[in-house]
Amino acid sequence: MWEYTDKVKELFLNPKNAGEIENPDAVGEVGSIICGDALKLTLRIDKKTGIILDAKFKTFGCASAIASSSALTEMIKGKTIEEASKITNKDIADYLGGLPKEKMHCSVMGMEALEAAIANYKGAQQKKETLAEENIICKCFGVTERKILRAISENNLKTVEDVTNYTKAGGGCGKCKPQIEKILKEYWEKQVKSKEEDKGKKLTNLEKISLIKETIEREIRPNLRIDGGDIELVDIELNKVYIRLLGTCLGCPAGGFTIKEFIEKKLKELVDKDIIVEEVK
Amino acid sequence: MIVYVDNNATTKIADEVFEAMKPFLTDYYGNPSSMHTFGGKIRRFIDKARESVASLLGAESPSEIIFTSCGTESDNTAIISTLRSFPNKKHIITTKVEHPAVLSLCKYLETIGYRVTYLNVNSQGQLDLDELSYSIQSDTAIISIMYANNETGVIFPIQEIAEIARQKNVVFHTDAVQALGKIDFDLKKIPIDLVSISGHKIHAPKGVGALYIRKGTKFSPFILGGHQEEGRRGGTENVASIIGFGVACELAKKYMEEENKRVKYLRDKLENSILEKIPNTRVNGDRINRLPNTTNISFEFVEGEAILLMLDQKGICASSGSACTSGSLTPSHVLRAMGVPFTFLQGSIRFSLSRYNTEEEIDYIIETLPHIINRLREISPYVK
Repeated sequence: MWEYTDKVKELFLNPKNAGEIENPDAVGEVGSIICGDALKLTLRIDKKTGIILDAKFKTFGCASAIASSSALTEMIKGKTIEEASKITNKDIADYLGGLPKEKMHCSVMGMEALEAAIANYKGAQQKKETLAEENIICKCFGVTERKILRAISENNLKTVEDVTNYTKAGGGCGKCKPQIEKILKEYWEKQVKSKEEDKGKKLTNLEKISLIKETIEREIRPNLRIDGGDIELVDIELNKVYIRLLGTCLGCPAGGFTIKEFIEKKLKELVDKDIIVEEVK
Repeated sequence: MIVYVDNNATTKIADEVFEAMKPFLTDYYGNPSSMHTFGGKIRRFIDKARESVASLLGAESPSEIIFTSCGTESDNTAIISTLRSFPNKKHIITTKVEHPAVLSLCKYLETIGYRVTYLNVNSQGQLDLDELSYSIQSDTAIISIMYANNETGVIFPIQEIAEIARQKNVVFHTDAVQALGKIDFDLKKIPIDLVSISGHKIHAPKGVGALYIRKGTKFSPFILGGHQEEGRRGGTENVASIIGFGVACELAKKYMEEENKRVKYLRDKLENSILEKIPNTRVNGDRINRLPNTTNISFEFVEGEAILLMLDQKGICASSGSACTSGSLTPSHVLRAMGVPFTFLQGSIRFSLSRYNTEEEIDYIIETLPHIINRLREISPYVK
């Protein structure tokens, strides 16, 4: 049994905006019955303002597919096309209070239907042949390299399993898993390279400060918290970073080690090799 | 109200079974292998349970039964034991519709040098026995074919299969986990060498199974340990559950004929009413050679998990072969092997009954289900 949030259950059992708009201004159709889920999104759009006046969905699929479709229609109503086009699969999943990781592809389907509808509205032909032109990686579910790369970059995916959860690629016969592995490897190698190039550039003081803050939040604090510790950024003076250890880190005999071997090392690696971390007691 | 119609997944423990188990969970906690009377006297009760299991199977002797922890262990034991006994034989025959307990093992064996033939089934879920015959090779070690399918209830012609295997002198194993207690089979008449069964499908608790090993069949233990089960399966006996399994077998034997008639009536009523009330619906699998308690029905253009969750909302417990319910992205391997049309493939629901189901419960399902299918079809893009 899946652990669905109350919001998913609510929108599954009592979906909002189920149905189809007659003579819609835009239509987006994605998925297929063979793949296990499909969504038809119809929109009514005010041509002067570009505001989405109404949105309806018809979905074949499981509870999370139905809930994701319904959530999408709720999220875009009242927004302009431009605003709506910024919605990502993550936003849909967040609106639902999260989805089981194996079901993230349902939120991706929502995003894709919206994109298809917007493209349809803008007059761009919904090219069926694009699929044939593109490099299809997963033959079972017809997933292109472009779609995989996009899911990786937007959702920070690291493993083949992640990619399957978000795009379905690799979830059928599994023969394309080595290819997905290769795509992942190449993508992340490129990221590291471009980061290294970035590091070569001189950061302004403001950039450096915000990068230090970001690194502490994303890379350092979560790791300390695992052991019940925490960190406070006290001040930054050129390359000197003053911090205070909190929680179980406070008075921990390994505190000094943590500062030099973990915190300073991370900041040197990700911000500037000249950084020195000092503890404020 | 809870209406439990998922008995091929597991069953309620019968009151008689629970009562019989209780003393062995409280006062009689001794180890049957002990020398002292307190422990040693428990051996007698295990022997009695073994007799009950043997009797339900029609085994020649209780010593042909060893207790295991579950059906999966029995399947693994049967296949691995046989492969060890015939180290020069590298070929296995099974079917595309086996339970994962056999299929996953076969997939693994393929990675370590064994060749596996997976027999096809037709649209009714039935085998072609000619295909079986010509698949047998000089180094075929074992044929492992289930008695009845857990998803569709389809029964294979085990008597004929056993005779083919016997003729070609190949060991024959059957996973009879779903057949036990639902079909009357007599191992005195059917020459099967190894039979896997499980307690929790016949109103005994989870955590106990058994393997029938015909006298004279080469055997090599799978779980190595103490001298329990005459050295054929190490590990201290799961005493209370074994006692429970014994009682469950006695009850199954006693009620099989009468209860199956009633269960079959309820299943048929459920199936026929659904087909009649809900359009674009089909039954998956052979409706004649089938367990009396199982029906697998597909609803076109709707998805199984969505149906299940709406049924759950109404207190009805069933299961589905859709991709979404399994956590994998592909629908049931059984339905795919049968070539169920793709518009029906994701929308399958399995109802599996037991002797505890009542006619009121079945009527409640018949009344509830059409609304659910209608609601889902209303929001399906494939229904105009």
